[in-house]
Amino acid sequence: MASKYTIDENGFYGKFGGAYIPEMLHHNIDELQKNYVRISNSESFKKDFDQLLKDYVGRPSPLYFAENLSKKYNANIYLKREDLNHTGSHKINNTIGQILLAKELNKKRIIAETGAGQHGVATATVCALMGIDCIVYMGAIDIERQAANVSRMKMLGAEVRPALSGSQTLKDATNEAIRDWINNPEDTHYIIGSVVGPHPYPDMVAKFQSVISAEMKIQLEEQTGRNYPDYILACVGGGSNAAGAFYHFLNNADVQFYLAEAAGKGIDTGHSAATSILGSEGIIHGARTLLMQTEDGQIIEPYSISAGLDYPGIGPLHAHLIDSNRAEVFPVTDEEALDAALMLTRTEGIIPALETAHAFSILDKMDIEPKSIVVVNVSGRGDKDLPTYKSHFNF
Amino acid sequence: MNRIQALFKKKKESVLNIYFTAGHPRLDSLLEIVPALYEAGVDLVEIGMPYSDPLADGETIQASSKIALKNGMHLSLLFEQITQLRETCDIPLILMGYYNQLIQYGIEKFFMDASAAGVDGLIIPDLPLDEYASQLKNQFEKYNLGISFLVTPKTSDARIREAAELSSDFLYIISSSSITGSKSDIEDTQLSYFKRVEELAPDTPRLIGFGIHDKASFDKAAAQANGAIIGSAFIRHLDSIHGLAEASKTFVQNIKGV
Ligand SMILES: Cc1ncc(COP(=O)(O)O)c(C=O)c1O
Repeated sequence: MASKYTIDENGFYGKFGGAYIPEMLHHNIDELQKNYVRISNSESFKKDFDQLLKDYVGRPSPLYFAENLSKKYNANIYLKREDLNHTGSHKINNTIGQILLAKELNKKRIIAETGAGQHGVATATVCALMGIDCIVYMGAIDIERQAANVSRMKMLGAEVRPALSGSQTLKDATNEAIRDWINNPEDTHYIIGSVVGPHPYPDMVAKFQSVISAEMKIQLEEQTGRNYPDYILACVGGGSNAAGAFYHFLNNADVQFYLAEAAGKGIDTGHSAATSILGSEGIIHGARTLLMQTEDGQIIEPYSISAGLDYPGIGPLHAHLIDSNRAEVFPVTDEEALDAALMLTRTEGIIPALETAHAFSILDKMDIEPKSIVVVNVSGRGDKDLPTYKSHFNF
Repeated sequence: MNRIQALFKKKKESVLNIYFTAGHPRLDSLLEIVPALYEAGVDLVEIGMPYSDPLADGETIQASSKIALKNGMHLSLLFEQITQLRETCDIPLILMGYYNQLIQYGIEKFFMDASAAGVDGLIIPDLPLDEYASQLKNQFEKYNLGISFLVTPKTSDARIREAAELSSDFLYIISSSSITGSKSDIEDTQLSYFKRVEELAPDTPRLIGFGIHDKASFDKAAAQANGAIIGSAFIRHLDSIHGLAEASKTFVQNIKGV
């Protein structure tokens, strides 16, 4: 059955999505559009994908009933533990899928962009596994604030190229990766790290991440006797962990979707990345979606303490979910995210990534029906953010 | 008929199209550059609307866009400058920019203001062919604005035909698979690609661009189409020489070999 929340034949979710790309990218995008469904539905792909997710990534990731948190908020709070995946975040679900696809398309060289470095690490990891050359573009500022992940990528054999243009963060790393792809149209596959970019990326990445909600369904059934929650909470940069966590519940109106957006220093301060609140409709990285921009259509350089949420756009699926009131957005400031990170750590003994910490802050902002079932998607672990935590909390 | 279409009606060879970014190196540079190019015998001028995220452009144009934005260039000012330019200069003018700029300005308002200022045509590299055909073509025609679509060595035959058919000004033939600004010379392997485009689009004016940077590369490219486009090399020249009018003139003289 066609759903309101899946793409149409041109890659649009409602009015959002599509492929607004220069002709130089057309050949590569066309190749993906024509092949991704066939390849990812093939038996051999599914077998390899499932096997690697199980034995290499360590899936299924646990759905953990967080008793202390549940008491604190008077609800039944479950944590979907993507932080326990190999490499420490949900990003690897997507890179496993895309590396198998790239191999099938006979590509010899992989490029990627990264913000927090989690996607860069996940990409460098699968490239090491498959023996394929890997180049990761990363904003010069992010290279500094996520130094641990830069070292990991290098140890894995990837070349990390600094993006020096613009705000020197995720947006600019994405621009540089796209330019690399234009200049290398034959043998290169671009592994985008989120549900952003031109069609088919948003749909393809959402499908690879949908394993999160597929498992959630089974685990909720086992643990609660009901195969859906009342709420799912996730942070949104481009939106891939949220898309994966929502995917199999998109058509279940009983499940409410809450997104945490990075408000940075506050939505009115000029230092924010709260795209859905500060943004308007336009085109970024080849997709029609919501983005932060001036009246003249210049893309505004966003700000967040969290490198993975420091992006001026949002995936077209989420733009559509927000536009059609299917998802609700909560802006979360740097301070609130830091507080939530410490709260989770001290309550449950889990140190989350700064990105993920934004999602936990929603618990303080939403009206929770007592006893309702809440799933928070723990998109990643906090090792990479220890320097930030250390300096903020004076450990 | 706009000025570009009129140009290609009477001139079929060695059409010289020069690109630069509005607002670079100074906010009002185009008022000096365009008349100098016109006097020096340039056939067609392509003015870049500086954009924060120029995906299809190389380092030179990125850098010039950044400076232009820093100088305060924006679309309504650009239209004012072009209006002023038109008082004395009748050269065919193209605006090149990204689709998001039109969307934010308001597409209809953009067409209206561009047309009123005296712009002849547009190049919007990230505007999809089918979106143009189904949603925008009528408005382009209503405002007497032309459009030029891009093709690359990887573009299929069917798509080259479609792009040629939809291009009301000319077909923009990207010389190689790359972003603007790379400096490589035209190689013999590219000649068969230019031939293929000619055979698929014999009735559409064709200009070759990307990587053309001196007289030799211009002559070689122009011989394979109706002319060629120079961008990054001109911008680098502007940056290296004192006096915009003088720099514009000497650059064109070098290309023309006069
Ligand atoms: C742990 C973690 N969570 C979330 C994100 C944000 O990405 P997305 O919105 O695509 O899930 C990132 C990005 O780097 C991340 O590292």
